[in-house]
Amino acid sequence: MDVLARYEPLIDDYDAFAAACERPLPSVVRVNLIKATPERVRRAFDEAGIGYERVAWHPGLFRLEERGPGSNWPYVHGWVHGQEEVSAVPATVLDPQPGERVWDTCAAPGSKTTQIAGLMEDTGAVVANDDTLGRLSALRSNADRQGVTSAVVTNRDARKFSLDDLGFDAFDRALVDAPCSCEGTVRKNPDALDDWSEGYLAHVAGLQKGILRRAVRLTRPGGTVVYGTCTFAPEENEAVLDHVLAAEDCRLVPFESPLVSDPGVTEWRGERFDEQVRRARRIYPHQNDTGGFFCAKLEVTG
Amino acid sequence: MTGNDGSRFDRLPATDAERRVEGRPSREAVVGFWEERFGIPPETWDGHTFWEKGAGKIWAFAGELPDHVAVETLGLPVLRTRQEHWKPTTDGVQRFGTAATRNVVDLTSEQARRFVAGEDQDLPDWDGDWGYLIAAHELAGEREPIGVGLYLYGELRSVVPKGRRREL
Repeated sequence: MDVLARYEPLIDDYDAFAAACERPLPSVVRVNLIKATPERVRRAFDEAGIGYERVAWHPGLFRLEERGPGSNWPYVHGWVHGQEEVSAVPATVLDPQPGERVWDTCAAPGSKTTQIAGLMEDTGAVVANDDTLGRLSALRSNADRQGVTSAVVTNRDARKFSLDDLGFDAFDRALVDAPCSCEGTVRKNPDALDDWSEGYLAHVAGLQKGILRRAVRLTRPGGTVVYGTCTFAPEENEAVLDHVLAAEDCRLVPFESPLVSDPGVTEWRGERFDEQVRRARRIYPHQNDTGGFFCAKLEVTG
Repeated sequence: MTGNDGSRFDRLPATDAERRVEGRPSREAVVGFWEERFGIPPETWDGHTFWEKGAGKIWAFAGELPDHVAVETLGLPVLRTRQEHWKPTTDGVQRFGTAATRNVVDLTSEQARRFVAGEDQDLPDWDGDWGYLIAAHELAGEREPIGVGLYLYGELRSVVPKGRRREL
């Protein structure tokens, strides 16, 4: 079954999109600002004869010529973390500031948690939650290798998350990097779509709505919530935003996408969504030679 | 005095005099350990609180939380106490060991490669203390700590945990 064909009506150059989905992804690492600078990483790669290309939109991303970011000194020292280019977008859009309290609702394996901690200069707190106990060890080892001291790791259902025992009332920002059908990761995992079904979309969309609603409720008025998925299905993207915009005190705000992208879609299979969803961004694999991603920025209003 | 509750994070008392839990180290003692053993200035830790979870595992956290908190992890594990010789963690010395001024052994690139692979090696020229040392090498123009070594009888044992070892 060609799952992705259902998105043909949404995509300008569908042939280029389909061809890009067949190509493997470049191997990319992100510099961990807690332990290093892009300049020192560059120098260490040069000393070791590791070939790389800089990524124009982000000074801390390096595309490596060889696969496998784990076998070199910069990795051993926690100076770099293997992270797909498009996966560095949501924390950039979140734009956390030093000293803030940030909630990463679905944090494992920690790529975005550690990026957030670096952007906050490892001050304040990033509450890194994941409901799957088995995924926490990867989160912990990534955070520890990168020397993160500002993370609080929790293992709870994000939809029922409470701040009662943490001693503060609200987060300044939250990132909902939601569990999803992962259609946009086919370049990394060619079998990502093997278990795809419309029934799964309906199930996971329920989860996404519950988590995003909780994130809006636990973020202070004026605070920022970023919603992201690595999938193309409007059922998991614009439809989730439409639901939460109607149910909670929040609005979608425009933001500058660091990568070439399309606006969110207001109509899908006969269903119409709140016009605000145009402010979300759809990033397709052929536009920037990355994985696929969906990203929206919300402001909490009440 | 009460016992240690291994299921939650408890903040360390500021000094030994304020201790309420048997065997729990104080913040003063932890900061003092790093200063005495490695010359790391006490102000290095000004932005961090210290916590114990489990028996003797000490974590450094960048902020403030209530004194007892039931979460999975809090900050970074930096030290193992409640044993005769306190043992710094690999992650702790990588993060904070750049401020060390003593008991740091500078390895050649070949020695560093063997160390990170988990190999023990003879180190006849070391004339500093025995016990836990910070093993470092030069990378991109500066000294960079790799991890913890145990120096005994002319030999440097690598205590890099299995999951952090690499053949480079």
